Amino acid sequence: MNAPPRASELGMMSCHVCRLVTAYVDDPHAHCPRCGNALHVRKRGSIGRAWALLAAAAIFYIPANLFPIMRTQSLSSKDDNTILSGIVELWRAGSPGLAVIVFTASIVVPMLKFIIMGYLLVSVQRSSGFVAKQRTRLYRFVELVGYWSMLDVFVVAILSALVHFKILSRVEPLPGVVYFGVVVVLTMLSAMSFDPRLIWDNRKSQ
Amino acid sequence: MHNAQELIVCEHCDSVYRRRTLARGEVADCVVCGAVLERHQWLGVDAQFALIVAAFIVFVIANVSPIVTLGLSGMTAATTLWGAVIAMWNDGAQVVAFLSAMTLFFFPLSQILIFGWVLWFARDGRRAPGFAQAMSALVRVKPWSMIEVFMLGTLVAVVKAHTYFDVVPGPGIWAFGFLTLLVTLFSSHDPRQLWDITREARA
Ligand SMILES: [Zn+2]
Ligand SMILES: [Zn+2]
Repeated sequence: MNAPPRASELGMMSCHVCRLVTAYVDDPHAHCPRCGNALHVRKRGSIGRAWALLAAAAIFYIPANLFPIMRTQSLSSKDDNTILSGIVELWRAGSPGLAVIVFTASIVVPMLKFIIMGYLLVSVQRSSGFVAKQRTRLYRFVELVGYWSMLDVFVVAILSALVHFKILSRVEPLPGVVYFGVVVVLTMLSAMSFDPRLIWDNRKSQ
Repeated sequence: MHNAQELIVCEHCDSVYRRRTLARGEVADCVVCGAVLERHQWLGVDAQFALIVAAFIVFVIANVSPIVTLGLSGMTAATTLWGAVIAMWNDGAQVVAFLSAMTLFFFPLSQILIFGWVLWFARDGRRAPGFAQAMSALVRVKPWSMIEVFMLGTLVAVVKAHTYFDVVPGPGIWAFGFLTLLVTLFSSHDPRQLWDITREARA
């Protein structure tokens, strides 16, 4: 089967918000005749914006992992947990299944997002023609799983609200959880800024 | 030039396809990059509207009733979603309080209300006042609604707390579970189909 034509070859463009297909217009201030949003062939400033947000996320990722995210206080003990030590504790407490889920959401997914987004941006900047289909798949994966990293943030929020037994027992959020929440939002924004169509534009070899 | 409505452009690789009528359960994929072009919309407008009304009721229940109750030597403590937001705000994690309030309350609520608004008019094939803005808002808000993640987070929190406390699940957890189910049901539906099946009302 022949590959279908691309909109840019046919002199067409599609609204990024409502998907209406229109004839290509050069005007950067053009608006979609149907939904009124700005029309553009590719997301504007895609690569620069995606890089900046990814770099910001990487910077916040360091304190997010080094600082504890939650304090558990009881009469006899005070216990600060980082993301990693919280997972170890969950494993030891006899819930290895959940520990694996939290590990995936809090450690594996953010790491994969950094690696994949970095790879996609570099490959697009080099006009690579290599495994374009697989790279588009990687992008969809990042978009799909990105927000699950908020899991640990919500866990801390619920426990902090619940465990309020005066001096007997108390759970408090610590700064690590704030940094982690910011990391998740920044990586999501980075992925949204990236335009996967760039993977298919100006490929050196086909 | 083809009629614009007949064509669909892949959002991930820019390939152009002629739209075709999909059979029940059918999904049109892009042959170039494998992205989903569009799915068969198996729920009619009336059914979607009914589900949105259900989602609104469940959303209210999920927000006013306790999610879980903890017991420790005779004392009990319960929390709602807003309890969690307020706790984070008071304990110096205002950023997290803000993120939680947006992703678990304001965005899902505005999704339900806006979608309900356009569906109410779409039942007669009409476009609601502010249709274009409403449709754009739905597309923008969608990635920031995190009910499913909160549901899983509640389960993890329950298991963690279970080691030290007596845990009694409250009605809120069931409401959030049901809401997660509705979110999953709607995830195969693209609200943008409403552009095709409604007409601008002429006064
Ligand atoms: Zn549009
Ligand atoms: Zn495609």
